[in-house]
Formats: sequence, structure tokens, C-alpha cells
Amino acid sequence: MEGWRTNRRVFWTFFTPPTAWLVLFFLAPLALVWGFSFGEKRGLVEIAINGTLENYVRALDPLYLRIFAKSFWFAALTTLICLAVGFPVAIAITFAPSRWKPILLLLTILPFWTNLLIRTYALIAVLRTRGYVNFTAEWVWEKTNAALGWVGLGDLQLVGERFEPFQMLYNNTAVVFGLVYVHLPFMVLPLYAALDRLDRSYLEASLDLGAGQIRTFASVVVPLALPGIVSGVIITFIPALGSFLTPDLLGGTDSQMIANVIERQFKSANDWPFGAALSFILMYVTFFALALRAVTSRGRSAMEAA
Amino acid sequence: MSATTRRPPPGPLEYGRRAWMRLTLLATFVFLYAPIATLVAFSFNDSRRNIVWRGFTLKYYEKAWNNDSLLEAFTNSLTIAFASTLASTVLGTLAAVALWRFRFPFKGPHEAAMALPIVIPEICMGVAMLVFFARIGWPTGLPWPLNLGAITIAHISFSFPFVAVVVRARLASFNRELDEAARDLGASEWQAFRDVLVPWMSPGLVAGALLAFTLSLDDFVITFFTSGPDTVTFPVKVYSMVRFSVTPEVNAASTILIAITLVITSVALWMQGRTAARRADGSGGVTEAGSADG
Repeated sequence: MEGWRTNRRVFWTFFTPPTAWLVLFFLAPLALVWGFSFGEKRGLVEIAINGTLENYVRALDPLYLRIFAKSFWFAALTTLICLAVGFPVAIAITFAPSRWKPILLLLTILPFWTNLLIRTYALIAVLRTRGYVNFTAEWVWEKTNAALGWVGLGDLQLVGERFEPFQMLYNNTAVVFGLVYVHLPFMVLPLYAALDRLDRSYLEASLDLGAGQIRTFASVVVPLALPGIVSGVIITFIPALGSFLTPDLLGGTDSQMIANVIERQFKSANDWPFGAALSFILMYVTFFALALRAVTSRGRSAMEAA
Repeated sequence: MSATTRRPPPGPLEYGRRAWMRLTLLATFVFLYAPIATLVAFSFNDSRRNIVWRGFTLKYYEKAWNNDSLLEAFTNSLTIAFASTLASTVLGTLAAVALWRFRFPFKGPHEAAMALPIVIPEICMGVAMLVFFARIGWPTGLPWPLNLGAITIAHISFSFPFVAVVVRARLASFNRELDEAARDLGASEWQAFRDVLVPWMSPGLVAGALLAFTLSLDDFVITFFTSGPDTVTFPVKVYSMVRFSVTPEVNAASTILIAITLVITSVALWMQGRTAARRADGSGGVTEAGSADG
């Protein structure tokens, strides 16, 4: 690597265009939003940046605190479910025969490459009252009813008088279901990466010395895979917390997350300063989570070096 | 010892052969793929109700094709994706080379700033772009394709850091002696860049460009905040159709988009596999790529 002074002309040629672009079309917009978060709305489009903290104070209103709490709860629940489902999947891929591994990994990554909107739409088509799940359920209901009638129990209406479709959409369960559906690959990949590096002789030693599978898992696999677990948890949690599309399309009026409130401030409610404050709070939470990840991974490598 | 011995029961570490592990794996993949598979399958279904299979048809593709606003959105998306890919590949490559080759003050913060567009929530970036273009008075109502400028700029901003990451990963395996040799033999800065570095980077450039293309084509949230009534992209159009109703036409349009991304991704993965294989050969990829260049 050479110092930038050794060849200034070349350095500036490579350095200037991307840096200028980043400053002009990314950092400047962010700075503008940051400025607006300390501003006050005067009139329809006019905003005075006067250093007020009122927008941040307003975010502490119980109404918005509840939405923050709900977003955290949704994201945490999603992360937990992804961890519970992702761990066996990651183990299964790690210990699969080597010719199957690339295929299984590809199958895990592939949904990433499918448009998020389309995946969410696919869930709607499956879960809505006239969707495939309910259609299957209705078919099962009809057959059961017919079978009951055939054995002479038809009059008892054991499975209900009419088929009532399940209301699976536009509620909190649908949002968490959708979030898990979208974020599961985020969890599996770091878990797989950690498990794949794991020295198998530790597992063999543990099993040889009489520990059962469960004990080996709890006191050998989990501690050794901890960096991967932390990484997976944070990588899943961050995008889940900031989700907009999933709660927007799958949720009801009661399942709004932070991103939906932010969107409303900028589109229909037209309160930019407040929306700016909310989006920076979301950003600070993200930075905090990323810093946590950096710290844990650094502590880990320091421990390994020692 | 007969030839027909049964397979032994799974060993303690052969988790992949345990029934419940296989079942979990199967259930997960069904969970991940069943919704998309039904969506694709029912785009060919000859029934408006979208539930019962009534035979194969392409009429919803025909309908989607004859839907002018859908087609216009699709054209917009492709135009933006091409422009954004071109610019992000150039900017990303410049950034990767600058960070790989030079030491300079505040390099750490610079790298962190470059990673920001990758890590911040999409919604934050979306509102930033909305506020920015509204505030600087970005002209609206320009003739096509200039009216797509704002969306294209936003797409470049979140795509080029990804390209920089991909290209820099490729540069990490570059042997700096090749560059020195080129200079010793009298190559100028530009010649060394064009004839030595670019051929070496080329798999990274292609992978980065394909990534930028899919990112742009797939983006909904950031585009949603920068698009106006006459600058609708394909995902934004699909979004408004989805809000309205679930129809086989949307299935057909979605299937087309899935197919495009799948093709691009397979090409990218195939290229990556090829470079990995070539690197494993140990022979100089430079000469090969260089001769293809010349």
C-alpha cells in the first residue's frame, strides 16, 4: 500500500468521484434529515431548523413508545423464531454430505434474490381468506363432513355448521410470520459459517467422555458457535426492526411498526421534523446494535489470540 | 460380509442422516419455497378465482403485456437499472481501488461512511432521498428518461458501496508484483491500470455489476419515496396492484421479475464459480483474461 502523497494525481482520480458522490447524494441527504429532526414546522412546506428537541420529546409520548415497544417485540420474536428454526437447519447443512452442501446453501440463499415485495405478495396469496391454505382447509372440512354424514353422525354438526375460513392476515401473527419468512436466511448463513469452522474433535471428545447429545450441544456447540449466534441475531434483528413492507402489507391497523409511522409522517401526515426525529432514533438503535456486534467479535478474537 | 449389507445407523456426528434433522430441513425449504412456487404455478392457471387448477394458459402474461402502465413501469425499471449499474460499477471500482491502493488520513471514517448505505435501514435512506430532492428543488416533469434522474441517483447511492465491497474482495488476491513488473517494463499509470489491474478485477466487475443490477431492479422502499406519479417503477406498480387486489396478472408480472433475477443470479454465481476454479488451478488468470481483452 502506498501513501496518497506518492502519487497525488492518481490518488485524486480514484478518490474524488466516489467520495464526492457519497457526500453529495448520501451524506448530505442524511444531514438534511438530521437537521430537520431539530426543526419546527411552519406552514405547509416551510420548516425552521431552530434546534428544538420537541420532536424527540414527542417520540416519548406513550402512543409512540408503544409502537417502539411493539417493533422491538416483533423483531425480537422474529429473531428468536429464526434462531430456533435456523439452528437445526444450519446443523443439518454443516453435517450434510459434501456434495449436498452447495445445493443446500444455494437453496437457503436463493430466496434472498427474490424480490421482497413478491415474497410478501406470495404470502398474501397463500394466507388470505380465499387463499390456498383456507382452500385446503375447506376441502378437508367438506370431506370430514361427508365422512361424518356417511357414518351417520351428519346431524351432529361435529365440525361446525358451515366452513369458517381462518383469518390469518392483517394481524400481528401474520406480521411475525412474514418477518420470519423474509429473515430466516439471514440467520442460517452466519450460523452455518460458525458451525462449519467448528473443530469436530471437540464434539467427539465430548461424546466419548459420556456427555449426551443435548449436553454436548449446550456446553460445547453453543459456546463455540457463540460469535456466529451473536452475528446472526444482530443481522436478523436490525432489518426486522426497520421493516416497512411486511407490516404494511400483512399487518392490520394494530400492527404498525416504526417504519410505518415514519412513512406516514412523510407521506400522509406531512410532519417532516417528527418523521426525521423518528428515523434518526431508528438509525441510532441500528448503530448501537452494530457496535455491539463489533465489540463482541473483537472481544472474541482477543480471547482467541490470548 | 455380504454385498447387501444394510447401511449402518447414523453415527453420533452424522446429524445430516437423522430423520428429524432431514424433516426440519425439508419443512424449512417447503416453508421458504411453497408460497413462491404456488405464485408461479397459478400465474399459468386458467381461472380468475386463482384457487382451483383449470388448465394451463398464458393469457395473464398476454394481459400483463397489454397493460400499458405495467409495461411502462417495466421499461422505467430496466432503464434505471442499466443507468444505475453503469454508474455504480464505475464509482464502486474507483472507490475499491482507492481504498485498496492508498493510505490516506481519515481512512477508517471514510470506510465506515462508505459502508453506511449498506447498513442503515432502507426507510431512513428513503426519507433522506425524499427530503433531499424536495428541498434542493429537483426539477419534476422533465421528458423521459430524464425524469427518472432522482430515482437513478438514489439507486446509485445504495448500489456502488456494494460494488466496492465485491471488487475489493477480488483485489485482495491481486499480486502487487504484477503491477510493479508492468511499471518496470515501462507501462504508464493508465496502461498498468488498463492492461493489468482491470483484467484481474474483471470477474469482480461483472459480479458487482450484476449485483447492482438486481439491487436496482428489486428495490421497492427507497424507490417508493423518490418516485412520482409519472415515474413508476415495476416494484412500485406491483405494490399498488397488490394493495388493490390479488390477481393472476400480478402473479404473471411477479413471475417475470423472479425469472429475470434468477437468470442474473445464476450468471453471477456461475462466473464466481469459474473464477474460483481458475484460482484453484494456480495458473495466472491475468494472462487468460488479458488475452481475451486484447
